[in-house]
Amino acid sequence: MSDSKKKYILHLADNALILGHRLSEWCGHGPVLEQDIAMSNIALDLIGQARNWYQLRARLDEADITEDDLAYLRDIRQYRNLLLLEQENQDFAYTVVRQFLWDSYHHALLSDLMDSSDQDLRAVAQKSFKEVQYHLKWSSEWMIRLGDGTEISHQKMQTALNDLWYYADECFVSSEYEEELVKNNVITDPSILAKAVKKMREEIIQRATLDFPEEVYAQRGGKEGIHTEQMGYILADLQYMQRTYPNAKW
Amino acid sequence: MQSGSTQLRVGRQRVMQALETVCDPEVPVLTILDLGIVRSIENVEDIWQIDITPTYSGCPAMNMIEANIRLTLDARGIKNYRINTVLEPAWTTDWMSEAGRKKLKEYGIAPPQASPHQFKLFGDQQLLECPRCESTNTECISQFGSTSCKALYRCLDCKEPFDYFKCH
Repeated sequence: MSDSKKKYILHLADNALILGHRLSEWCGHGPVLEQDIAMSNIALDLIGQARNWYQLRARLDEADITEDDLAYLRDIRQYRNLLLLEQENQDFAYTVVRQFLWDSYHHALLSDLMDSSDQDLRAVAQKSFKEVQYHLKWSSEWMIRLGDGTEISHQKMQTALNDLWYYADECFVSSEYEEELVKNNVITDPSILAKAVKKMREEIIQRATLDFPEEVYAQRGGKEGIHTEQMGYILADLQYMQRTYPNAKW
Repeated sequence: MQSGSTQLRVGRQRVMQALETVCDPEVPVLTILDLGIVRSIENVEDIWQIDITPTYSGCPAMNMIEANIRLTLDARGIKNYRINTVLEPAWTTDWMSEAGRKKLKEYGIAPPQASPHQFKLFGDQQLLECPRCESTNTECISQFGSTSCKALYRCLDCKEPFDYFKCH
């Protein structure tokens, strides 16, 4: 059980870190100042959440490790984030759709973890949940505004939605460590969360006047450390400093 | 000779007085007591256990606040203390003091309104008062502002933009 819990915490931490990193790439490049600030704020929340998860994971480790060891010194196969979150920003439409698909799940997940029998998971989930409410508002609003916007914005959103749909449902497919935690009544089976999340996604996609994408094979592997090619580039960027100058501090 | 309980009371007062001078680096009119960041001060075996809680997970001010607490206590000769960060229960703007709310408004930031009991995705925008002209004819520009804790608003009467310390 404790091994599964450790892996699960890493999964949660990596999700937050990788999407936080992606959003931080927008800093200084947003379409308008207010949205540049919004994306940087969401990135900051996520990186803060990642720190809380990594600190928790480090505390549970037998070895004397820190949050930084986990964020900066692991290799690609040891990262357990969802594939959706490592996908490139592309344009604002992709970024909004990626954020919405994630927020709709993240919101339901944290809301559930807030009542977990595990005190560690509960504490970080409670803290993160309040922030994620604002994230979900932001991404839902933009889904509707751009989907139900101009002909061009509608088309860009539809393309982004169709492309990212391959990664939309990986979150609902349980990994071995999730299965074990479900068995021990620590977390709810992700496939049970799926019902509410899918309903919410449908509602917003409909309000955004977008076509619901056809059912596709859900790409998976992220939870077990099998990533898309985008992931290597992120880690190169993220870890460059610690790899080049080990233990550098400032 | 002071009795043990008097000594404790005096000691506690010294710690409180010190903490009252530590301000939020981003919103310098608020002390950490106004913000509700300090959750408890207990004396356990002659060590002051000071529990603090972060406002937002990624708030960069937290590291500085902790450093400032240390500097302040050290400067006042209070040596036997330990600062613990606690996450649960999660910080809420409902913990902000009345004095804090008043100071915020005077500083030009609209203070947080009561937390809504139920989360609504749309249409729960609250009627906010402009901290300058007190008109409620205001609108939200963005839920995200210059720091994690603030949203951007503008007053449609006096035309001034202003920050809102959003409820959390």
